[in-house]
Amino acid sequence: KHPDLLPGEVEFCSANPILKYTQDDLSQRGVFGTLFCTNFRVTFISDEKPQEKTDKTFKNKLYGENDIPLMCVDHIYGVYDEKRKLITGGLVKNKYPSKMIIHCKDLRVFQFSLTFSKEEDAKKIFQGIAHHCLEEKSLKCVFIWCWSHYSGCALFKASFPPVTQEDGDFQKHLDTMINAVAHNHLYSVKTEDLSESLPNIQDIQQSYNKFKQFFLIENSTDFWLSDVKWFSSLESSGWLDIIRQCLQKAVEVVECLEKDNTNVLITEEEGTDLCCVISSLAQIMLDPYYRTLMGFQSLVQKEWVAGCHAFLDRCNHLHQKDKEYHSPVFLLFLECVWQLVHQHSPAFQFSETYLTVLSDSVHVPVFSTFLFNSSHHRESVMKAESPLAQSGPLSCPTVWDWSVQFDSKAQNFFFNPLYLEKVKHDRAVRKPHKPKHQRNLSLPSTAFKTPPKKGFFKDETDSLKKMLRVKRLSRWRGSPDAPTATTREFFESWQHRPLDYHGLLLPCLDGPAVHIWMQRYLRWIPEVYILGGGSVAVMTKLMELLSQVQDLKRVLEQRDSSQAAKLDHRPYFQHRLLSFDSSGRLSSSFPFAYTCYRSFKPIIPTGLMQSLMVTDSLASQEDEASSVVSFV
Amino acid sequence: MEESDSVESLCSSTTTRSDRSSGTRVSDTELRSKGRVIEKVLQCKYPSKGELPLLPEEHVQDSAKDVTYICPFIGPVRGSLSVTNYRLFFRCTDREPVFGLDLPLGVLSRVEKIGAATSRGDVSYGLACKDMRNLRFVHKEPEDSLKKSVFEVLMKFAFPVSNNMSLFAFEYKQVFPENGWKVYDPLAEYKRQGLPNESWRISKVNDHYELCDSYPAALVVPVTITDEELRRVSSFRAKGRIPVLSWIHPESQAAVVRASQPMVGQNGRRCKEDEKLLQAIMDANAQSHKMFIFDARPSVNAAANKMKGGGYESEDAYQNAELVFLDIHNIHVMRESLRKLKEVVYPNIEDSHWLSNLESTHWLEHIKLILAGALRIADKVESGKTSVVVHCSDGWDRTPQLTSLALIMLDSHYRTIRGFQILLEKEWLSFGHRFQQRVGHGDKNHTDADRSPIFLQFIDCVWQMTRQFPAAFEFNEYFLITILDHLYSCLFGTFLCNSEQQRLKEEVPKHTVSLWSFVNSQLEEFVNPLYVGYPSHVLFPTVGIRHLQLWVTYYIRWNPRMRPQEPVHQRYKELLAKRAELQKRVEELQREAANRTASSSSERAGSPTRSITPVQTFV
Repeated sequence: KHPDLLPGEVEFCSANPILKYTQDDLSQRGVFGTLFCTNFRVTFISDEKPQEKTDKTFKNKLYGENDIPLMCVDHIYGVYDEKRKLITGGLVKNKYPSKMIIHCKDLRVFQFSLTFSKEEDAKKIFQGIAHHCLEEKSLKCVFIWCWSHYSGCALFKASFPPVTQEDGDFQKHLDTMINAVAHNHLYSVKTEDLSESLPNIQDIQQSYNKFKQFFLIENSTDFWLSDVKWFSSLESSGWLDIIRQCLQKAVEVVECLEKDNTNVLITEEEGTDLCCVISSLAQIMLDPYYRTLMGFQSLVQKEWVAGCHAFLDRCNHLHQKDKEYHSPVFLLFLECVWQLVHQHSPAFQFSETYLTVLSDSVHVPVFSTFLFNSSHHRESVMKAESPLAQSGPLSCPTVWDWSVQFDSKAQNFFFNPLYLEKVKHDRAVRKPHKPKHQRNLSLPSTAFKTPPKKGFFKDETDSLKKMLRVKRLSRWRGSPDAPTATTREFFESWQHRPLDYHGLLLPCLDGPAVHIWMQRYLRWIPEVYILGGGSVAVMTKLMELLSQVQDLKRVLEQRDSSQAAKLDHRPYFQHRLLSFDSSGRLSSSFPFAYTCYRSFKPIIPTGLMQSLMVTDSLASQEDEASSVVSFV
Repeated sequence: MEESDSVESLCSSTTTRSDRSSGTRVSDTELRSKGRVIEKVLQCKYPSKGELPLLPEEHVQDSAKDVTYICPFIGPVRGSLSVTNYRLFFRCTDREPVFGLDLPLGVLSRVEKIGAATSRGDVSYGLACKDMRNLRFVHKEPEDSLKKSVFEVLMKFAFPVSNNMSLFAFEYKQVFPENGWKVYDPLAEYKRQGLPNESWRISKVNDHYELCDSYPAALVVPVTITDEELRRVSSFRAKGRIPVLSWIHPESQAAVVRASQPMVGQNGRRCKEDEKLLQAIMDANAQSHKMFIFDARPSVNAAANKMKGGGYESEDAYQNAELVFLDIHNIHVMRESLRKLKEVVYPNIEDSHWLSNLESTHWLEHIKLILAGALRIADKVESGKTSVVVHCSDGWDRTPQLTSLALIMLDSHYRTIRGFQILLEKEWLSFGHRFQQRVGHGDKNHTDADRSPIFLQFIDCVWQMTRQFPAAFEFNEYFLITILDHLYSCLFGTFLCNSEQQRLKEEVPKHTVSLWSFVNSQLEEFVNPLYVGYPSHVLFPTVGIRHLQLWVTYYIRWNPRMRPQEPVHQRYKELLAKRAELQKRVEELQREAANRTASSSSERAGSPTRSITPVQTFV
């Protein structure tokens, strides 16, 4: 038995029999099979005949439920004599563990027993996997215009290296930059140094590391134990608070552009991390185009990929030991977007499934999109002369070519059935023309085309920074803590206006309004599957209804066109019929986990006694028996 | 103007009514749809200045101008305040948009003067409400010390029971098209379950509430047990609440039986009739030779009850029965938990410590334990085909929480609007949950230790299930909120008194209107458009805290910032309407086309009118 290899995929080693534990019970039961390690993934193939193939509408073509792309491996643990140890380079050489636990970046947990196969095989597969997943492998801007409000004011981002140079000439540079967009001094500029007001990338990394632990559940005892302190654990990670802070900052930026009509310049040391988060979020809130599938994709492409976010370093694709550069900044952005999608579902053309899949795709090393640190980096690697590409230019698909991963039926899940498409007004009664936001210009062409040499814009940024200090154009710099109260007001006044899903969109940031991205984080945990329930129950119903509506529309339009003898070529984006024979029995983890057909037994919590120790005297008080019936 | 929805309007409001006689329907305050509706409601409620929209038999008792309402969200608001025999109106007209408060006096748990009068003669009053908010007013003390202030009048009418007056429900004489008192007919409900049958009979032993005054008249018991034996069992069960059937599985015949604790005491008293009764319950189900007794209490508390003559079933006396403790805490713990919750959510929320503050209230932890208990019961009945007996101490608090939740999981009938009404009437009202005592209708004794949010907790659990199974319930969230609002309002007779016997004695059905009369006369308000009735579909919810959430739209509804966004339902309703419209047009066109072909002497069969498949095109 061998895995179906992708083109170019090479098998390194394998071992049989290996026991893969079923995740959801303590009985240490599992499935026997063969474990392989290739240059793309770790894969397990069961010896058992696959049970009647449940029709997987949402199948990933690149990797299945028992495949772990190498880059997706987060940590490997070995169990030596009942003790769990984190595997690092040093441990690999000596003994091999009896049990190997793999934590994935998409939060799956795999447990394999190595005791059943031949010693040399077990050793080989363990060392092979450890080597290929953990070994270190061998293998940056600037003042950027992001977006213009129709009023004319614009959002910029810039990097401010900490070193300052006394340098003349700054006035000229600044004026050129600002004037180009700000129509001759009509608008003032506000600067916001994000590194002062938001957590830095190491804070983000630490917080996320803590946060994700709560979802890497190995057995149900763990699950129920951690269920007790669930809320305080979440809070202690600080992850939700970081999400709130980012959204809050983005709202402040939006307020400047929308209400105060000032230019906004956001800065941080490199200008490619939190600047990307905040500028993208602000644009999503302001501009409905970025809430469509195509718009969102172009936003990521513009702000993140072309905007030189260091995906390679931040995602730690190469498993470098130097932890300083790792940080899930892009994931943080997706988290913030998810909050918006969750609160204002009808405003988004894409679904949370789309976001979840996108967050997974970051760790699939097939796509060029998330592999590089900058466009410059990409171009130099992809060029034909590059030593990596012996046989002609490298060609990697972009992540946006979803057909690489999913067939068109599965891609249906990327669309949000709740999306409220913009009603096209009758051309005759056109509304007064509302000037459009500017978004197509993207980066200044110089920065975009030629890979920036280091310090290309440095003079300008330095001088700009100085200039801003001198002139104090900014109104906020004096009072960094003030904005909260005014943004609160800004939110409330927005809230009073009738909700327009194609207009400005603001998130509610009060404690109870910030939620956990359940789909992403809870999808692999059987204890929380809701059989026959969850949002999937609503979504499938909506999708059914939507396709019925679309069918009817098509019938009508066919009639119209046959009568008027002309064809309408409007694309039917969402017109894809979905049929769920058993939508009543799908689990809430759909479309990700498929264990739902297994059984229909409830999950009874264990260890409830530890859970709630009410210590005060009330607990021992008598209910009703105490009072000797003294009523009515 | 109508579009300008306001913070103010949201922090006003509770409940109202459907005023069909006047032609304009005053819908209940709309928490779901962005408060815009409320604005409309308020506008039509005040046809002209000073005129209040009163219910039949509602009369203004006193009013005062120049009262300031200290709104925690928008600051002080000056306006006029009126007190009727049913509610409190506060209205401020000199701001845009108009600000109003309209709440039934029944929601007040406490009214008190805060501090002494200021130098300007202003006195501050605090109103604590049962529905998770506190209101504060400032008012000038009347110069004539003999004249009563409006707040003294308020105190009198807020607590009619303490002032020897009757509740407004006994005066309210609205007529609705349906009589809600007829919703629940015990015999019809038992008949639906296939009872009586060869193993179970309906006993008349409690016809005059002599066996047990907190039980209903009709009781379902095993055929092998005589009424005489039941009488003897009643002396062995606390408050005479003997084990009787609540629900029977249509296929396996496994039964859900409810009771109160056995009076075992320290000496381990036994009662052979009780043992025989439990054996008979087990024998009535041929599928299983075992049975489970679920004691809702923590085992420590159950054991402590022995000191007071109570206790739990011993394994010696009840062979083949397995006793399980469900660790649910008592009414005092629950009351304290809700008090803490109110502190955390009203009026201000500490955003950065929200989660740990929420955890420290233990509210969701209690919800989890109750749901987990009900899940275990439902599992034993459904998967294990075993009969179960459920009890706590007296069997009127935790027991109905558990049985009714288990029944909702097991029987899809109880997930419909009418089925849910029947469930409440049966498990809660007829089996004597002490609503009067737990809620304290019209009683000023707000520190009464018998008050506890047991019923609220149950409704919360139901809400959690509707979240997890959005298509499995016929009713929507608004239905649940309406029930809770009228739990306190004392507008309807449904939740008055402590037992069926008391309600009959006070002639509640004769003198008051049932909440179900109101609800069933405007069902469309309460229907969940996503509902798909799966018959015989058992629901097993997930009880992990990870899947429980705080019911923000109930507990934090007074905070305008937490105003819910347009719900999914809205979009679904729109799509349904659109589909209907399109379908109509397609049918019209098809008919037209069919007529045309017919007239052009074609012999081909006309296209089917119902089908929505693309039709052939005719040139």
